[in-house]
Amino acid sequence: MTTTTEQPAAAPETPPETDERLSSSHTLSRILRRPEVGALAGAIVIFLFFTVTTEAFSKPTGASTWIFVASNFGIMAVAVAMLMIGGEFDLSAGTMIGTTGLTTGILMTEYSWNVWAAIVASFVLAAAIGALNGILVMRTGLPSFIVTLGTFFVLQGVNLAETKALIGKVSLTIRDEPGYADGKKLFGSSMTIGLPTGDLTLYAATFWWIGITIVATWLLLRTRPGNWIFAVGGAQQSARQVGVPVFGTKVGLFMGTALAGWAAGMCALFKTSSVQSIAGVGQEFTFIICAVVGGCLLTGGYGSAIGAALGALIYGMVAQGIVYEGWNSDWLYTILGVMLLGAVVVNNWVKSRAEAVR
Amino acid sequence: MTTDDSAPDSTPDSRPDTIESAAETGAADVHGTPASSAPELPAPGEVIIEVEEIGKSYGSVIALRDVTTSVRAGEVTCVLGDNGAGKSTFIKILAGAHEHTAGKFIVDGVSRNMNSPRAALALGIATVYQDLAVVPLMPVWRNFFLGSEITRGRGPLRRLDIPAMKQITKDELAAMGIDLRDVDQPIGTLSGGERQCVAIARAVYFGARVLILDEPTAALGVRQSGVVLKYIARARDRGLGVIFITHNPHHAYPVGDRFMLLRRGRSMGDFPKAEMTLDELVRMMAGGAELDALSHELARSMPDSEVAKEFEAEASEVTGQ
Repeated sequence: MTTTTEQPAAAPETPPETDERLSSSHTLSRILRRPEVGALAGAIVIFLFFTVTTEAFSKPTGASTWIFVASNFGIMAVAVAMLMIGGEFDLSAGTMIGTTGLTTGILMTEYSWNVWAAIVASFVLAAAIGALNGILVMRTGLPSFIVTLGTFFVLQGVNLAETKALIGKVSLTIRDEPGYADGKKLFGSSMTIGLPTGDLTLYAATFWWIGITIVATWLLLRTRPGNWIFAVGGAQQSARQVGVPVFGTKVGLFMGTALAGWAAGMCALFKTSSVQSIAGVGQEFTFIICAVVGGCLLTGGYGSAIGAALGALIYGMVAQGIVYEGWNSDWLYTILGVMLLGAVVVNNWVKSRAEAVR
Repeated sequence: MTTDDSAPDSTPDSRPDTIESAAETGAADVHGTPASSAPELPAPGEVIIEVEEIGKSYGSVIALRDVTTSVRAGEVTCVLGDNGAGKSTFIKILAGAHEHTAGKFIVDGVSRNMNSPRAALALGIATVYQDLAVVPLMPVWRNFFLGSEITRGRGPLRRLDIPAMKQITKDELAAMGIDLRDVDQPIGTLSGGERQCVAIARAVYFGARVLILDEPTAALGVRQSGVVLKYIARARDRGLGVIFITHNPHHAYPVGDRFMLLRRGRSMGDFPKAEMTLDELVRMMAGGAELDALSHELARSMPDSEVAKEFEAEASEVTGQ
């Protein structure tokens, strides 16, 4: 109730003039108000920078590498962004990559499960853990940051201990288990496009990433659940008052991040045919950084899936660009930190603009 | 959008999907059933709600007793009272949130015991609470339809019917006399009065025959309050019964057709406008002698206070009659 604007009664006095002004400057300002614009501009600048300063970056073989890195993070970043729009965090998202990869791998190697059965088993497990996260958050009323920090540590411990107990090692390698090739087709295969300047190799993870981004964007902007996600993140009490199923929406979002962890876990397992017990640990904050760089507000209710995908692309380009520059790759973390702070400042500015009276 | 009295029911064809989706999910009826499933708007002047000596006690605490008033189509019933007078208990009974423990609550001539807001909504009684239940960062049209979105297509292709929702939002707001340049702007960018109007228009569109407005002008400045009063009058002119809860007689008097005053959980009477002047209303609200005593007390403890002087002036003006 802090805002005051011109009276609606004033509008009819000059309707044609007002509407004219709207239609011209309006489209541009509407585009500039989209949450992903900052990430798009950033991605273009970073691409140009590394293209100019290094030889290998924009070559198809070089691009193959950073597109692959971006894909692995992008699958998760998009789901994490949806959860953040819904007003929650999931710190267990990274370990889910290890949990699902280990589950499928151990079932295939130690228990000789059919590859598809093993894949479905880890899918069900991920969905259950995601639902548990959501139910815990909603039932206890605790911040999701704390609840999922708990599940993060629980899963990390389980990943290490169970793997050691079951196979006596901290990493698992799949050799020629029957059916492995079938799984690889879906999650670990690659295609090579011959270009004049070299071969561009695209992995299955990239197609998962693009597919998840398209589905997430459709869901967010064109469906009822998408409307509800923005509402529960923006004003949960109001959403509940008008009949939005808050509980179901939030639990669904937690299941979404867990299932994205499953997709990323399968892509990692079938690409490298091995998985470490600590796979994914430490990446949970990178997903959040990608989402924030893509325009998500830390407070929820605002953001975009395409933005998060672009955030992951920026991450991939920077991570690989540093290598091509010949810099010490440890600087990556410093750059990530600076990017996060910059993005938060820009996002808050955009938010205050969006809320301001026009 | 025409502005005839039956406006909420005049365009049933434009929203078949709302009804379908509401039936499927059950989500819509939490804040309003679609218009065509609610009872028809009665003729102006016809009684919709009657309460007779209604009361509510929580265990041994009597929160409300002996309240009698009526709500008619096309009229505004003002419920006036200070903090703690029992206004919120009264609203909760009308909105179906609390069941009354004494007296009669009659809707359309039938005595009812409502025990859920859904039951009240099914009878076309909608409440607009002070916080308005809007999501500030979401566009106006998404807020308007939140929880009762119109969709088309089936299965995985079931999607929001965005052009229809935008058009309906624009039309419904226009019918309330608010001309938004852009229904795509975040609702947080609207003024307090405009947001109130969107909330009212939303309740009307989703089938309200009786609107309960809980202190809609409480958080607003003078000009914005005027805007909201205009929308209340507009809703009345569309044939709705309006229950306007306020503690400000200066806001109630211009739009009210009937005034019911509450103090300490009791009704101080239910008056049609013909039997009441603004001065009498102010006097009853302030409680004559009490105001006098308060002004003396203030004058003694804060002799130079502007507030005390104002109080004294007002008290002498009110009690001097």
